[in-house]
Amino acid sequence: MNITLNGAPLQTEIQDLARFLNSLFSETRVAVAINGSFVPRAQFEHTQIHEGDELEVLSPMQGG
Amino acid sequence: MFKLGEKSFHSRLLLGTALYPSPQIMMDAIQASGTQIVTVSLRRQAPQQAGGQKFWDLIRSLKVEVLPNTAGCHSVQEAVTTAQMARDLFETNWVKLEVIGDEYNLQPDPFGLVEAARTLVQQGFEVFPYCTDDLVVCQRLLGVGCRILMPWGSPIGTGLGILNLYQARVLRERLENVPLILDAGVGKPSHAAQAMELGYDGVLLNTAVAQSQDPVAMARAFAMAIDAGRVAHQAGLIPARDLAKPSTPVTGTPFWHQKA
Repeated sequence: MNITLNGAPLQTEIQDLARFLNSLFSETRVAVAINGSFVPRAQFEHTQIHEGDELEVLSPMQGG
Repeated sequence: MFKLGEKSFHSRLLLGTALYPSPQIMMDAIQASGTQIVTVSLRRQAPQQAGGQKFWDLIRSLKVEVLPNTAGCHSVQEAVTTAQMARDLFETNWVKLEVIGDEYNLQPDPFGLVEAARTLVQQGFEVFPYCTDDLVVCQRLLGVGCRILMPWGSPIGTGLGILNLYQARVLRERLENVPLILDAGVGKPSHAAQAMELGYDGVLLNTAVAQSQDPVAMARAFAMAIDAGRVAHQAGLIPARDLAKPSTPVTGTPFWHQKA
């Protein structure tokens, strides 16, 4: 399955969002949007990733 | 005490966390400033790295309130989604709402800002809108449910201070009971003191501290300036006048000052 993760193409076979995040982002707390729509943390386990989805995975950073 | 939403604070300085020479200097500057509120942001997280988490652990260790921003957003949809992600990430309903309308001077888009603020207030956010100093835009923001306003003094990072003093004064006079925080463009402690003398409730700044030669000392300088400006406002400043008026009493003036 081809998806876009933070603007870059990525191939994955993991459809379950929670598992996908755990495989790549176990080191940090993240917030997620799929195709421009926010996905609440409580929905991670009930959300599936589909072919062509665009994922934004954000973490805390410095800001003004 | 300084009330923002449902929370009260001693410090009227809100400090950004970006652009410091090192994480340790950022931590020391935050502590030296006495601030109780720091701004933070979100970025794309690279897989298998813990950069974001390390920063978040540092901030949490300070036990200060965090105000996430929507920096870099140019549309209502981007700003709303970023705010929702920030609420999830930082576990706060506070958001410094930025909807940028012009890339050249990073001027807020007043139309998008009002629209995004309306949506976010309806979703339970405490919206701190980063806005221009236009009175009507500020009134519209209040109209859609904002309880705090953060008008700019000058464009972000310029250090020019309050460019339109008349407008800054008008906002304070017309929006008497609304917490006003001067946000952006502050370059010197005297700029912050000026805002406080005008009766602003607080000042938000970042670059002026982080990019100074000694951020920790500069953080202290801003804290003192903000305190001085606040006390001066409460003490009641004298009105400015064009003509001189003697401060030394004229009664009993010695003979050599008396006209024949």
